Amino acid sequence: MAQQLTAKEPTPEQIAEQQIYKQMGVTDKEFDLICGHLGRKPNYTEIGVFSVMWSEHCSYKNSKPVLRRFPVTGPRVLMGPGEGAGIVDIGDNQAVVFKIESHNHPSAIEPYQGAATGVGGIIRDIFSMGARPVALLNSLRFGRLENERVRYLFEHVVSGIAGYGNCIGIPTVAGEVMFDESYEGNPLVNAMCVGLIDHDKIQRGVAKGVGNPVFYVGPATGRDGIHGATFASEELTEESESKRPAVQVGDPFMEKLVMEACLELIDTGIVLGIQDMGAAGLTCSSAEMAAKAGNGLELYLDEVPQREEGMTPYEMMLSESQERMLFVIEPQHEAQAREIFERWGILCAKVGKVTDDGRLRLFHKGEQVADMPVKPLVDECPIYNKPSKEPAYYAANAQIDTTAYGEVTDLTGALEKVLASPTVSSKEWVYSQYDYMVRTSTAVRPGSDAAVVTVPGTRKALAMTTDCNGRYVYLDPEVGGRIAVAEAARNIVCSGAEPLAITDNLNFGNPEKPEVFWQIEKAVDGMAEACRVLDTPVIGGNVSLYNENAKGAIYPTPVVGMVGLIHDIDHITTQAFKAEGDVVILVGETKAELGGSELQYVLYGRTEGRPPQLDLALEKKVLGAVLSAIQGGLVASAHDLSEGGLAAAAAESCISGGIGAALELSTDLRADHALFSETQSRILLSAKPDKAEALLEQLGAAGVACARIGTVGGSSLTINVNGQAGIAAPVTQLEKVWKDAIPCLMN
Amino acid sequence: MKFAVIVFPGSNCDIDCYKAVEQTIGQPVDYVWQTATDLSAYDAIIVPGGFSYGDYLRSGAIAQFAPVMAEVVKAAEAGKYVLGICNGFQILTEARLLPGALRRNKNLKFRCHSALLEVVNNETPFTNEYSKGEIIDVPIAHGEGNYYCDETTLAQLKANNQIVFRYVAGANPNGSVEDIAGICNEKGNVVGMMPHPERAVDKLLGSEDGKRMFTSILNVWREQHGAAVNS
Repeated sequence: MAQQLTAKEPTPEQIAEQQIYKQMGVTDKEFDLICGHLGRKPNYTEIGVFSVMWSEHCSYKNSKPVLRRFPVTGPRVLMGPGEGAGIVDIGDNQAVVFKIESHNHPSAIEPYQGAATGVGGIIRDIFSMGARPVALLNSLRFGRLENERVRYLFEHVVSGIAGYGNCIGIPTVAGEVMFDESYEGNPLVNAMCVGLIDHDKIQRGVAKGVGNPVFYVGPATGRDGIHGATFASEELTEESESKRPAVQVGDPFMEKLVMEACLELIDTGIVLGIQDMGAAGLTCSSAEMAAKAGNGLELYLDEVPQREEGMTPYEMMLSESQERMLFVIEPQHEAQAREIFERWGILCAKVGKVTDDGRLRLFHKGEQVADMPVKPLVDECPIYNKPSKEPAYYAANAQIDTTAYGEVTDLTGALEKVLASPTVSSKEWVYSQYDYMVRTSTAVRPGSDAAVVTVPGTRKALAMTTDCNGRYVYLDPEVGGRIAVAEAARNIVCSGAEPLAITDNLNFGNPEKPEVFWQIEKAVDGMAEACRVLDTPVIGGNVSLYNENAKGAIYPTPVVGMVGLIHDIDHITTQAFKAEGDVVILVGETKAELGGSELQYVLYGRTEGRPPQLDLALEKKVLGAVLSAIQGGLVASAHDLSEGGLAAAAAESCISGGIGAALELSTDLRADHALFSETQSRILLSAKPDKAEALLEQLGAAGVACARIGTVGGSSLTINVNGQAGIAAPVTQLEKVWKDAIPCLMN
Repeated sequence: MKFAVIVFPGSNCDIDCYKAVEQTIGQPVDYVWQTATDLSAYDAIIVPGGFSYGDYLRSGAIAQFAPVMAEVVKAAEAGKYVLGICNGFQILTEARLLPGALRRNKNLKFRCHSALLEVVNNETPFTNEYSKGEIIDVPIAHGEGNYYCDETTLAQLKANNQIVFRYVAGANPNGSVEDIAGICNEKGNVVGMMPHPERAVDKLLGSEDGKRMFTSILNVWREQHGAAVNS
């Protein structure tokens, strides 16, 4: 295979006549534009470079018009989208840096390495900003675990994430996993990294200062991952398996050394610009660094460390070998930089020079092998306003009354089925494979609403979560998009934090299908609106389109990664019920909203109707009131109501607290609706008996509906509805069902 | 009393060990890079967890050849206190400072969670502040923590009271022989353990049962060097 790649390259004429560019995902019209920019036909290296830079993955050519709808600024935002990662101020000259990124396609065909390199890539994005990575999260979607291939993917994706994160020593503290047929064959693997930085240490990926040298650090370049970015911009097909060579191989040990060396280098203050070689490797990093500085760049490819013999410029430029970085310093600092990398045992090579001509020029074996204008390469990919069309299913779903299903009478049985659903059940099988404690800052471990990581040397802490219910987004993209942001904010608030900002990972199907594009537009509109109302701007993210296979598109899944600030570690709150006699309070009103619910999926095998509605003004009020109650010391536990509704939330608070609760609901709804509806903007609180009145009063004064619904205590969870027995089960029994679900399916 | 935390390429619990020494006993502590050839300035040496050299061979198998290890061996022989945690334990067995070996966890998966340990030997310099038989909560995070030794070695370990910690019955996370979680050498000055005491020094992070490992050693050192010494 490798030998074929080095076979004689087609000539510019052959590329044009035989339309070889089409194999690289370049359209006829784009090819003409490229010829126009060059004033001639591109050679093989040049068309390769253009094709990756103009792929959806690098150019966002299909999603840019939609992404512009996101609010990206705010008083706290120090850096928005466009750099490696966004940055938000957390006071005291400190800032939090975070970003999420997908590695869906690689993980679909090579799950271990696909997931591992996804983690490696996002970590580089964080430390290339100058930040110390302090936590990892991941958001995963798979088909049903009854399917053998799905189990294989799930098992190896989890070990890939574990293998990388554990070795490099960054704790994997939170995430979510959901299972649905729609992801069969096209799993989603989104990895997020959070870092801390001092304001004066913030770096940018710019090639500053004409004449300055450009350095390459990290392992040598091989032939792995060539055209990974292009591959990520296509649908998965039968032939995808043969693109396994387009999946990179990760080396977390190497990345640990590169990270420590780069952070040490940045600490010296001599770095002018630094960027990681991620998608499209050397091509993307060099072109982007030049473009951001308004400069040009020359690269001397013979100087690029190479792992294999006879590599061509095309291969070197398109390789996605991992753990590599590019940086620019002034020439007089070369010895200082080299000393650092030598000590860490890292290759460091001077591979280029910043120029003033705005061109990316490549030299190999004494010849100029490519000469391209930087600006068109980076900024002038044609942007497509794709046609959008409401899919037929959307109108059809409006006719479906999801409250008209036959009433569930065995409510305890229904709760057990919901708790045993892999989407709701304990994810201990997953997170016990992750080292979530290294760095000794993890104050709230995986399994609560959001993880909490302390900020060393202060009383501050960061809460972090990822969220998205793809079923809701499928049923109503706009509402589902709003809910994704709101639920993330709710999780953050429940852990005692003020929501700061989000990073998003837009996972959708093929945007060339108008129905898919409609989903993208609507979902983004919903998210953008929620971000505006909840004051959580989008500081960066990633778009992953073409998530389709022979069976069709995945559920639209715009994953939201949110970080919040806990002002004082005393405010840290978990979902676990704490003590006998604590009063249980339900915040928010419950309506009969079963569309897209876990109950609907588990008991009826359907995903239909309209999802729960979301009133953003109400959400904001609820979040504000609950946060100030937590900060005021009135709350013992807080848990967001999501999949499985009140019944599942109450069970989870009991299980994690190792204690029972006796609850009494008074409602106009059917009992099964009251227990399992997934109405939004609801939070289950508990409070010490002497704080309960003050809590209810404060919530009431804020205009938030709330009701005392029972007491923590005993060893069973009982929930009566209008005086009738509803749910009654020992907590240990519920815990067993909840804990055993995934291990049973996997063993 | 002066501590060294050894740093290999790929160590990742070095910072946590350093912080734990500072927080629990406030004694001076240095990071010591794997190329160091003199540890004479230190009274206690911590070999931290992580993935030294990527652990791409057997865990700890490469680290044993690092220049600093000859010094660690020398220090151990001189009776200085050596504590190997997780990857550090693996390295100490590879370097033959401790008997036995650590194999892959029985279920072949990395495991990270709180673990309950029984203090079997409270007479080592690292455990004298615990009671014999006391149950403590100290987290684990490893993929190769399955302690193994042959029957002769096991008999010696028992005869010499070298088993320091055991996982409580029924909660062995990795399949180790006789639920062993940590052992010491015959003299008792070298301890290796898979659980992470440096992660259990703060209630906010889940447990402070690991604190006494650090206070124990300071007390022993003070007894030996006279209570007046405090540096």
